[in-house]
Amino acid sequence: MRLKSKDLLGIRELDGEEIELILDTAESFREISTRAVKKVPTLRGRTIVSLFLEPSTRTRVSFELAGKRLSADVVNISAKASALAKGECLKDTAKTIEAMNADLVVMRHSAAGAPHFLAKLIECGVINAGDGAHEHPTQALLDLFTIRERLGKVEGLHVVIIGDIAHSRVARSNILALTKLGARVTVVGPPTLIPMGIGEMGCEVSYDLDTVLSQADVVYALRIQLERQTETLFPSLREYAALFGLNKERAVGLKKNALIMHPGPMNRGIEITAEVADLPQSVVANQVANGVAVRMAILYLLIGGGKSA
Amino acid sequence: MPDVLIRGGRVIDPASKIDAVLDVLVEDGKIKMVKKDISLKSADVIDAPGLIVCPGLIDMHVHLREPGREDEETIASGTRAAVRGGFTSVACMPNTDPVADNASVIEFILERARNEGVAHVLPIGAITKGLKGEELSEMGELMRVGAVAFSDDGNSVMNAEVMRRALEYSEMLDILIIVHAEDVNLSKRGQMNEGFYSTLLGLKGAPAAAEEAMIARDLILAEMTEARLHIAHVSTAGSVRLIRQAKERGVRVTCEATPHHLVLTEALLATYDTNCKVNPPLRTEVDVLALREGLKDGTIDAIASDHAPHALHEKEREFDYAPFGIVGLETALPLMLAELVESDELSYTQLIEKLSCNPARILGFEGGSLSVGNPADITMFDPKAKVKVDTNSFASKSKNSPLGGWELIGMAKYVLVDGKLVLRDGRVA
Repeated sequence: MRLKSKDLLGIRELDGEEIELILDTAESFREISTRAVKKVPTLRGRTIVSLFLEPSTRTRVSFELAGKRLSADVVNISAKASALAKGECLKDTAKTIEAMNADLVVMRHSAAGAPHFLAKLIECGVINAGDGAHEHPTQALLDLFTIRERLGKVEGLHVVIIGDIAHSRVARSNILALTKLGARVTVVGPPTLIPMGIGEMGCEVSYDLDTVLSQADVVYALRIQLERQTETLFPSLREYAALFGLNKERAVGLKKNALIMHPGPMNRGIEITAEVADLPQSVVANQVANGVAVRMAILYLLIGGGKSA
Repeated sequence: MPDVLIRGGRVIDPASKIDAVLDVLVEDGKIKMVKKDISLKSADVIDAPGLIVCPGLIDMHVHLREPGREDEETIASGTRAAVRGGFTSVACMPNTDPVADNASVIEFILERARNEGVAHVLPIGAITKGLKGEELSEMGELMRVGAVAFSDDGNSVMNAEVMRRALEYSEMLDILIIVHAEDVNLSKRGQMNEGFYSTLLGLKGAPAAAEEAMIARDLILAEMTEARLHIAHVSTAGSVRLIRQAKERGVRVTCEATPHHLVLTEALLATYDTNCKVNPPLRTEVDVLALREGLKDGTIDAIASDHAPHALHEKEREFDYAPFGIVGLETALPLMLAELVESDELSYTQLIEKLSCNPARILGFEGGSLSVGNPADITMFDPKAKVKVDTNSFASKSKNSPLGGWELIGMAKYVLVDGKLVLRDGRVA
């Protein structure tokens, strides 16, 4: 089984069946990371270029581990160390990578659509590891995997996503992925952080956290970027935390089995308090652990088993 | 210069209310006679049966990039693109390098146009020095050397006080102010229209309100100063409504829309095609319909291409980093014929009004009509000929058009500028 495209650019391009395939494949890879020798030869001889043009620790390391546990050669290119820092354009970087016969490029970029541009330029596959405020498909897939692992299914669940929806690629990919698998999604935040037309993506919108929390099966807090305050998108972090922060009082009103999620890195005390982050329902660490298995599955489905189509 | 006889074409001249099969005789670069069955032995004859013969088209909004970015366009290549598209005159915006905010740049453009151009070039001077929106340029001096209007196109004059003074000053000179209406605080870093698609694509959106708020301000200032205001590249339903209301209460305002805003929508950005990145951005279906309605009811006076050439390497980039602009000189007429005339939304007469006589009237330029004695600027096109857009065949130095591969109708076939045949059988002479 393979994915339909050579690339994983976004959840938008995947259908429900492909999402299920990735999650099912990840199940079988999860066990590898718990072995003493965490390595299988599946992608031996394959080269993966990790092209991170925006700072990232967890996603980059997660992909690197995923590649290495499948025995692929993983080469890192970071923004500062690359020719891009010397003014090379992305097109020339792409041609260089292509000339080195990479099998797959994992790309993080601050500009939305950059992976789509790259995918048109090169023959090998491209995985979007986050592009601007557009998509972060592997994050959404590991989130779905975590929800499925803990609650047994995704369909029919009510997922509440809180915070800066406007600037969040995690929110967009999750809205698309969750609704493709039949979940109900409500986004919550101040109107200044809810982008125009988001409802047309298939979610509901609320400005009142307390009325939606009690119905939630999953509560997903997004990271607040501190610089948004200076853009007059909200008056202060204090007020944000009061209106939209996940605190102990709010956690008490949650359903008993409700999950608390966060893509990291967390601003403890702002979108989530330390007490809530450390509750047993908080699955933040599971999200990270599952990230490696899900990314192994994606690498395998794109370049595993014979020459890529 | 030999006399030219255009024989047997369908002559459409909205200014003289002519639409009939007639002959046109050109003598000494002027229109000598428009009549049935002119017979003359010594003239060069253009057989025009099946062609529409109309006053030369006037594009009142282009960027010729010279001086400064001759790699993207020059006056030589831009005027060739113009005549290939059926335009005999182009009004060029002042955002060159250096900016056309002083007499020497205007003189340079006019001299280049005389020496190397094949169409009339009508330079537009900057409203403010350096397009900075702070100090007025020497409008009187610029006008004296040949500026036909003033604009800070590409930028908005954000300071309302400066805009007020510019309008008052232009009223004294009886010259047109053309505004690029955009509140840059509202549109800050906007890459496309704000709405569902900008949300889906994760691109920063520029709301329709950024354009509409500035148009509202400028209409109020035009009303106060009684100056003549022309609004460039109107792109939203709300803008059309504001201008319609202002015209109804007698504000001296005119406006234009571009062919791309009349046809394309933001949905095309779903593939991050930087050739669709333009400012003002492509909007929604509702906006496209409102613009067409505005064209039909006369709210929108003119169609202008906003021809904006950009180097390939600058467009072949991440969407956020690519410059705004679409080249339009060579597709404007066939796109409008295919999309507006074929669908019976506009008649040929109305289209020629929007592309020729109205721009001439707005700019106060002698042209846009086949009246006897006028300069013989004449465009002929085959309204039935299908044409597939090949951007590589453009005479423009730049190819940044989203219309490559589109099937359009009616490329210009013959073009005369001052009686000289500059386009023969679709080829620049």
